[in-house]
Amino acid sequence: MQNTAISVSDLSKKYDDRLAVSHINFEVPMGIVCGFVGPNGSGKTTTMRMLLGLITPTTGQGHTLGEPIEHPEKYLSRVGAMIEGPAFYPALSGYENLMVLAKLGGFPIERVQELLDKVGLGDRGKSKFKTYSLGMKQRLGIAAALLPDPKLLMLDEPTNGLDPEGIQEVRALLRDLANDGTTVFVSSHLLSELEIISDYIVMLRKGEIVFAGPIGELMAQQQPTIIAKSLNHSDLQQIVEISEKAGHHAVIRNDSVHILAEMDWAPVLNKAAFDAGITLAQLAPQLPNLEETFFEMTGDK
Amino acid sequence: MFNVVKAELRKLRRPTLFFGTIGSALFFTGLITSFIYLMIDSPQGNGDRGRTIGREALGLASGSVNGFSSVGNFLGIIALCVFAAQTAQEYTYGTLRNLLVRQPGRLKILFGKLISMMLFALVMITIAAIVSIAISYFLAPGAKVNTELWFTSDGYHAIFTTFVNVTISVVAFGIIGMILGLLLRSPISAISLGVLWLLIVENLLIAVKSSLQNWLPGAQLTAIASGGAPSRGTTGIEYSHALLVGGIYVGVGAIIASVLFLRRDVAN
Repeated sequence: MQNTAISVSDLSKKYDDRLAVSHINFEVPMGIVCGFVGPNGSGKTTTMRMLLGLITPTTGQGHTLGEPIEHPEKYLSRVGAMIEGPAFYPALSGYENLMVLAKLGGFPIERVQELLDKVGLGDRGKSKFKTYSLGMKQRLGIAAALLPDPKLLMLDEPTNGLDPEGIQEVRALLRDLANDGTTVFVSSHLLSELEIISDYIVMLRKGEIVFAGPIGELMAQQQPTIIAKSLNHSDLQQIVEISEKAGHHAVIRNDSVHILAEMDWAPVLNKAAFDAGITLAQLAPQLPNLEETFFEMTGDK
Repeated sequence: MFNVVKAELRKLRRPTLFFGTIGSALFFTGLITSFIYLMIDSPQGNGDRGRTIGREALGLASGSVNGFSSVGNFLGIIALCVFAAQTAQEYTYGTLRNLLVRQPGRLKILFGKLISMMLFALVMITIAAIVSIAISYFLAPGAKVNTELWFTSDGYHAIFTTFVNVTISVVAFGIIGMILGLLLRSPISAISLGVLWLLIVENLLIAVKSSLQNWLPGAQLTAIASGGAPSRGTTGIEYSHALLVGGIYVGVGAIIASVLFLRRDVAN
């Protein structure tokens, strides 16, 4: 348990007759970046709320930093969180909003300006929150989550509204935090965004766990694909036939053939195509990305 | 809990809220206190609903706080609005989840909020008392009111007693606002319902059946502020009765709201 930042067992949450989270089980090791992915409405925020003691589970158990989620007072002083977007008092400045939370948590007030600088709001700290852009609000939310110098950081869709530069900064920040020993549990419906920074992935779909484990393990489960293109579109069907004859499943997508095979079969295909009088314009491996993997595992398109 | 109070005071001291609230309190205090002296000879009366407060009553030791106790009801309505807004906005802004992540003790949040808003109300009441007594003192000679007894030991006792009564009443109004804020989770709904009930519905009910004045919450709190003297459409409610019935309303409401706050999911 000590090496586990989060563990949930048979955790469910039911709202009236709708099961938002259905008997999920997963563990998140300490000191890593864990991507919590799934489409909108898959139950990510509900799970995070349960882990923070904001809502009571209908069934099951959960532990955060080794403490049961029924007793959030035992672990929340070591947890930073931004759930469902940044929420602050519009009439207060960014600085004052952080001061409210710093006073509430009994954190050193010097951290407020430090964190505003860290998230790039150092010069806008005195402006009222209501004047902030969505990206600035998001940055303030991240600063608020970092106030306790957390052992575990839970961020719900932290890059919403950020420009590409901001997204890169957040990625770098999360990576740095993980390198310093902070466990980062970050959700997003944009799977490609988390693929880059995550060591570990928890995939959720319609309230159920699809996969939970190291991202390498997930990708290793997926068969590599060879993409073959020929100069003549009419040759594609023949490439499919050559592949199928060799025992590799192949389909035509747009102007190329996608063949489920290891890359070391590519030279064999190249020779077979040449012998058949086909000139290949491209022959390249394609490892599935997280998004494709997710769709493949869930059967969604 | 001390941390919660400090955090809440940070929100309450923002200029728009602080000066807006104190400004409203001063406006009503000045208006009502001035009317008592400037309209002392008016046939329409110089008190609430045509009531006449004569020179004899104003010349008593308790004369200096006549205006202050009359304004108690308005201070109560202001407190109700502030307490309701400060509580319900945590839901509408979604900031309650931030508070609960930083301080998971929900009762600590609730009591810390209450204490900070009570301190805020105390500042408002103190300023209103000083301004009302000062206006009374300066307008009394023009209205030919004798102020000799105002600053005797009996006078100071009357000031102290009225201050305590108005404070109890205003805080109770505020707690009702907080209860409405917790139950309705919307500042507009909480304030509308509270003000509508206290200023309109109760008065209509009392106008239709005067004995109801002994059982309606707003009437009890107004009676506490005035020390049981007739005010705001009531013909006078015994102080101890008002304290008991008002206390039951506030106590039961506070328990229900606290239990709901403790048990309810924070899902917004």
